[in-house]
Amino acid sequence: MAKKEKSSAGSSNLSFWGWRRENGRVGVRNHVIILPLDDLSNAACEAVANNIKGTMALPHHYGRLQFGEDLDLHFRTLIGAGSNPNVAAVVVIGIEDGWTDRVVKGIAKTGKPVVGFGIEGHGDIATVAKASYKAKEFVQWASELKREECDISELWVSTKCGESDTTTGLGSCPTVGNMYDKLIPKGIYGVFGETSEITGAEHICVKRAATPEIGEKWMKTFQAYQDEVIEANKVDDLSESQPTKGNIAGGLSSIEEKALGNLEKIGRNSKFIDVLKPAEAPAQGPGLYYMDTSSAAAECVTLMAAGGYVVHTFPTGQGNIIGNPIVPVIKISANPKTLRTMPEHIDVDVTGILRREMTLDTAGDALIDMIVRTSNGRLTAAEALGHREFVMTKLYRSA
Amino acid sequence: MSKSNIPQFLVHSPNDNVGVVVVEDLKAGTKMLGVITENDTTIHVTAKHDIPIGHKIALKDLKEGDTVIKYGEDVGRMTGGAKEGEHVHVHNHRTKRW
Repeated sequence: MAKKEKSSAGSSNLSFWGWRRENGRVGVRNHVIILPLDDLSNAACEAVANNIKGTMALPHHYGRLQFGEDLDLHFRTLIGAGSNPNVAAVVVIGIEDGWTDRVVKGIAKTGKPVVGFGIEGHGDIATVAKASYKAKEFVQWASELKREECDISELWVSTKCGESDTTTGLGSCPTVGNMYDKLIPKGIYGVFGETSEITGAEHICVKRAATPEIGEKWMKTFQAYQDEVIEANKVDDLSESQPTKGNIAGGLSSIEEKALGNLEKIGRNSKFIDVLKPAEAPAQGPGLYYMDTSSAAAECVTLMAAGGYVVHTFPTGQGNIIGNPIVPVIKISANPKTLRTMPEHIDVDVTGILRREMTLDTAGDALIDMIVRTSNGRLTAAEALGHREFVMTKLYRSA
Repeated sequence: MSKSNIPQFLVHSPNDNVGVVVVEDLKAGTKMLGVITENDTTIHVTAKHDIPIGHKIALKDLKEGDTVIKYGEDVGRMTGGAKEGEHVHVHNHRTKRW
């Protein structure tokens, strides 16, 4: 059974089985989601998902009285999540029709089935009933869609690490870097982010921009985060947040040290070809992108999923357990203590790198194998354990 | 690789002045084998403390104010001293940022 899935990164004909969506993009999951516009509509969405088996609600905390760039990001995240090719069809529920319809129209551009319901004037019960009929129709339709064989170049693979320690910089992050060094030339889309966690490695990161203009755009983004988020709000040296308590337990003792390990994820060769806003879809063709994100795991993975990425690679040292409702999150760890104490959370064991028994080349191939197997349907540890963290990034207080 | 060849610590770059312990339960007094991953050369340092997996050791005597080098890059400054083989962590090392 592993035969078909077995792949050698050196071979030129890597492929996977995915669902081709109406707009041509390929997904590796076939979710029918019940998407709340706002916090008030979570209950109705969860009721629909409970009524109709095989659908999934994506509850979150926001969507009321937001404005300006923060509101734009809210819509971009919801529309992006619904548009992600891992999603077959969407039922949107909001407190009122106007903004609900805005999300529906955004997702409808992909050509996939999407419908919206406003609660005001009807109440939860009638809304849940109407939405449930539609959700049933969607899930039965989606269950008959077939996978087709697709070239690896149709895959969009994101990365972000979490609960890093010194073993991530030595093992799991360079494993992701090796994967990107092999797959970006084959035409995949990649993305990295975590703006605050480049602090101390910005001089290296800026050199990885494809052109000086892109480097300048990146430096502006980096500096804005330092000025508007960190400097504007910090009360100390960010001890216990950057690095986190977990990072410190794992041996990291400065943000510079953490940042240099973090940046190992982009490998040696690829240059990033654009700097994306949070949840923005890449539009410059295949290659590596930078996305301006927080370094908090669930926020970052949610933004990358909204950008259209369908598989996430997540190096961890101390054992971050995060998942995402629509994107499979593959965990890679080189820390033998983590593999010993919480192995159920790890998909790719690269502890051999620390023992010098495994080369980065072998580790990168093992990750590529796991990406292909995951794309073909293998549930990640996070999926099997039910991790569905869907967390909106909020830029400032609501009006 | 036989067990005796498994390193107790790894170093990213030949320019680094700290290494990372990569085995559990490392005891003070252990004569450690280290590997510099960038050029695959070996070095030896004796651990002066019990050092947890993932934590750093000084590869040479470091004093307060010295820059800590890892990945061949500046990763902060010493806020206290550490002799070769001693533990380098938040008690004697901190960021130059923020």
